[in-house]
Amino acid sequence: MKREIPLILTAIVGLTFVVQFFVPHYPMGFLADMFSDWFSIIAAAAIWLGALNLMRVSAEKIYKREKDRFYAGVTIASFFLIVIIGFFFSGGRSFQEPGTRFDWLYINIYTPLMATMFALLAFFVASASYRAFRARNAQATVLLLAAFVVMLGRTPFGDWISNVLFLPEGWGIANLSNIIMNYFNVAGQRAIMIGIALGIVSTSLRIILGIERTYLGGD
Amino acid sequence: MFWDTFGIWIAALLTIGIVSFLYRDNPVYKFCESLFVGISAGYWFVSLYYQNLLPKLFDNLGITKLLGLSQNDGAFQHIFSGHWDGRIWYVLAGILAIMMLLRLVSKIGWISRWPLAVVVGSTAGLYMITYFQSNFLSQLQNTVIPLVAIERIRALPSAGMTADQFFAAYLGNLVLIVGTLTGLVYFYFSKEHKGALGGAAKIGIYFLMITFGASFGYTVMSRMSLLIGRLYFLFGDWLGIVR
Amino acid sequence: MSNGPFGQKLFQALLRIDRRIIFLVIFLALSIPIFLGLRIDITVTQEVRLFYNSVEALSSGSRVLLSFDYDPGSEPELQPMAETGFRHLIKNHIKFIIMGLWPQGPMQANKALTRINEVDEGFLVDNGDTLYFGRDLLVVGPDTIRYGIDFINLGFQAGNELVIQRMGSSIRAAFANDARYGRPIDQFPIMNGLNKLSDFDLVINWSAGYPGTVEWVQFAVDRFHVPCGAGNTAVQAPQVYPYLDTGQLSGLMGGMKGGAEYEQLTGMRAKATMSMVSQTAAHIFVVLFIVIGNLAYFMTRGRKKEGRA
Repeated sequence: MKREIPLILTAIVGLTFVVQFFVPHYPMGFLADMFSDWFSIIAAAAIWLGALNLMRVSAEKIYKREKDRFYAGVTIASFFLIVIIGFFFSGGRSFQEPGTRFDWLYINIYTPLMATMFALLAFFVASASYRAFRARNAQATVLLLAAFVVMLGRTPFGDWISNVLFLPEGWGIANLSNIIMNYFNVAGQRAIMIGIALGIVSTSLRIILGIERTYLGGD
Repeated sequence: MFWDTFGIWIAALLTIGIVSFLYRDNPVYKFCESLFVGISAGYWFVSLYYQNLLPKLFDNLGITKLLGLSQNDGAFQHIFSGHWDGRIWYVLAGILAIMMLLRLVSKIGWISRWPLAVVVGSTAGLYMITYFQSNFLSQLQNTVIPLVAIERIRALPSAGMTADQFFAAYLGNLVLIVGTLTGLVYFYFSKEHKGALGGAAKIGIYFLMITFGASFGYTVMSRMSLLIGRLYFLFGDWLGIVR
Repeated sequence: MSNGPFGQKLFQALLRIDRRIIFLVIFLALSIPIFLGLRIDITVTQEVRLFYNSVEALSSGSRVLLSFDYDPGSEPELQPMAETGFRHLIKNHIKFIIMGLWPQGPMQANKALTRINEVDEGFLVDNGDTLYFGRDLLVVGPDTIRYGIDFINLGFQAGNELVIQRMGSSIRAAFANDARYGRPIDQFPIMNGLNKLSDFDLVINWSAGYPGTVEWVQFAVDRFHVPCGAGNTAVQAPQVYPYLDTGQLSGLMGGMKGGAEYEQLTGMRAKATMSMVSQTAAHIFVVLFIVIGNLAYFMTRGRKKEGRA
């Protein structure tokens, strides 16, 4: 029950999706469509699970009177705030339309918090550039030079430097950055892409055949 | 109008609250962080209900009709009136969804492996073919190309040729072929990197370094754009000192 | 290079500099250009031109699927593209169907539509239906578009690439109702004859990661043979360049710079173009930081080695 059924389910569902690529007709197509619909609903349940688990962990923190229980309280309160407003005060299915209360929370609380969290990374990238990126050997130097060309070549400053260096028209840093992106970058990314693809194909096969079972966890 | 202005002020204060982390970790930042976690979880909770569970599960089965929340018949209504409705299979999806949520109950948490098996199985089955097709075959196909692009050389202008055009015609294909192959050799760990293989791997690593350099450059570009966006919000939308 | 005691002290001080000073420098470097109001010309790259051309090649009345696969975390990079994209489609009289593989996507689409709409008060009565400006009717330049006829928002659906896979056989199975009114999508004229993914003339994908451009290429392009153009965050863009080379992608815009190039091509200069001066300053400063950091590092390291020897 605990291990066998999941392994059989994985194999059936996995094989269905493989076979329907070659035989998209009934019943394979029908089964694949059905499993896709199931997937969608399970994915939603998984996200609900995550949210509910967060509430449980936060509630435990308060119950055990841990040091950061105040912040756990903030998390719980804000969760209920948006959930109650979303469910009862935002027009039901039209909850995300411009002008609803849910939309107000999205625009004025969710958006600035998230956008600023990501914007902080700009400062850390700058700081890391100053402290960590050292041209210690030939490889690191090549990396940094490529980065310089791309960073400058993608801005008008690249053209300005090209003029200062008397580089001929069409042979400036901007052109060099195009060459790096369209050829060197493509070659490198493609090698990575092919490597990952082979890895995914073999791992998928191992999962479908039941050789790879780590996703089931212990016992 | 009041709510618009009030909203912008809240957004600005929250923005500054998060930025305060740059000085050092502090209670205001922690408050904003916890608020974000809660709001974010709640956002997903509501969104998934209205856009997924409600239309896909409850509407299709007819549960919303039973509760008087919708006028449209679902699978239950059709089946009870004697008509077959294929959407009845959603019952199984509903059961799997409940099994997923049972993970919260530690004693029977193992039951969540069933829905997990469907998720893992679908992903494995799909990825096996799509990655092979899109990321392996198509990429390989575009690497098995002539060493020199004759048609591009023919199309070159006699005067005013740019570096891009020159490179694409004479060296582009060569770089794509050598770069991809040597890059792959670098990732091939089944044999020790010695001799010709070692030489190829060494060339490969330089291609990869240029690739990482390009990615780093683009990452800087990306992060800076995000900060510029916030600055425009603060100086424009909030303070109104730039347009 | 001369490297006397003063130079040594300077370099060592540079290495020990408080990171908050670097934060401040970056803040100023990005803020000051905002107030200068400079405008700069940008060179348009081939990949953005390809994207632009793939939209231009569509005939009026074509239907395009717009997938919004990002959240507010990438708004500054992708929102300008999305807004210009809407304007471009509306100007060319192309109908668009909005969806999202990220739940925040359809809300970002609403935000972009609200922003480009020019009339948000008043209403019209048509066949007994009351149509409100700013909601059912959007006015963009000389054009007025109507919800359900010229555009529709299908909302978000969970399931990542499986949603695309499902749309390959039936759009209605993936999206039963629209997001604005929660009505069955068959009630909207724009959906007439749109049954599966291959019925679309083009897929445009604004993407910040997974699920996003990679999945659209794998499923929509390679499996169901619909052309796809994409706008990506700059972080993701280098990874999808190989798809451009193979022709799996019909065009690519990377980051705010890509958005600015698109604005230049369409002649609708907006936020991305405005931000390019700050962006340029940011790049110059990061390059300077790396150079100064390395200079200080190697100058002090050289001295240490000599000391030991």
